[in-house]
Amino acid sequence: MNQLLYTLQIADNALIIGHRISEWCGHGPILEQDIAITNTSLDHLGQARSLYQHAADMFNALSAEQKNALFTSTALQNKINKGENIDEDDLAYLRDSWDFRNVLLTEQPNKDWAYTIVRSFFYDAFNFYFYTELQKSKDSVLAAIAEKSLKEVTYHLRWSSEWMIRLGDGTDESKERIQEAVDNRWAYTGEFFEATEADKAMLAEGIGVDLAGIKTKWMERVNAVLEEATLTLPANNWMHSGGKECRHSENLGFVLAEMQFMQRAYPDMEW
Amino acid sequence: MNQFINKNLYGDYGDKEQATGASGTHSTAGEWPLWEVFIRSKAGLDHKHAGSLHAADAQMAIENARDVYTRRMEGVSIWVVESKNIHASDPYEAASMYEPANDKVYRHPTFYNLPDELKHM
Repeated sequence: MNQLLYTLQIADNALIIGHRISEWCGHGPILEQDIAITNTSLDHLGQARSLYQHAADMFNALSAEQKNALFTSTALQNKINKGENIDEDDLAYLRDSWDFRNVLLTEQPNKDWAYTIVRSFFYDAFNFYFYTELQKSKDSVLAAIAEKSLKEVTYHLRWSSEWMIRLGDGTDESKERIQEAVDNRWAYTGEFFEATEADKAMLAEGIGVDLAGIKTKWMERVNAVLEEATLTLPANNWMHSGGKECRHSENLGFVLAEMQFMQRAYPDMEW
Repeated sequence: MNQFINKNLYGDYGDKEQATGASGTHSTAGEWPLWEVFIRSKAGLDHKHAGSLHAADAQMAIENARDVYTRRMEGVSIWVVESKNIHASDPYEAASMYEPANDKVYRHPTFYNLPDELKHM
């Protein structure tokens, strides 16, 4: 059960940030960056898909009693009650926000290019060290997904780091705006390293990643890039939390409303 | 004659940017410069011209090229060069440049008698 929840934590991060980034499609500052950021979005969605497939396989192997206890989203519950197997699409489209386990950072609005870059940078740096460690997981599927994803994530981190530096060490206006984004989004980064019950259990079984261990590396990387970008971290150390335990900001509701509309309005439609 | 004609030759972008409104129909001020992209599809082959794109500097040009031109596994190596650094021959001089070669068939190695044993020539 913890293994399933653990997989969902990772998958939900990928899906929600992937969807947020996809909102840039057709709205990028120039054609080339529009394509670049949309490519990135597809990478995240691809990772989410593999992870949800793995999660669905684990879910379908549970007993009827366990299945009923796991989610409280009506649409998904209806499907489970029919005794049908679920798949990756059901996990993406039929859960309500209270069944999602992504960190709050991923659901925050794009706002502008600076806020989008900062959100991606904090997340990409985390993802880079997370997937690096996850390659050693005793869950061979997670390890394989990590290995495949790491190549993509390495590029994401390079891309977002460069934009941090470009905007931070750029014009007065670009510096001011990205510093504001750093100040605002910083308080969402603490949640990466807060261990849930699933995190602790999976670490103990050699399946999960030691979050305390990657926190140091993440901090070093963030500091190095910010220094080059001539940016500073806010002194405030208060952090938001709750996303990994299904307590979300109102933002996730808007993401899901747009993302899930088709499947909810026209159940089981295919296209 | 040339001063009355707005030439749009490949590689002239840099000149146009420097021209102060004398040629060109729109201002390029504030736009990122144009880059030409060359991609090698596999080791051992030549880099071939793939197209052009806008980027703020060479680093960004390579990354943009990766996203715009190698999404379907088209390449293993990318070159970029700012378009203004490419100098092109003038189409108006095509007649004097290339046509004299038309009637010089003896420049092709087609007048040798090849031995029958020699295949694949």
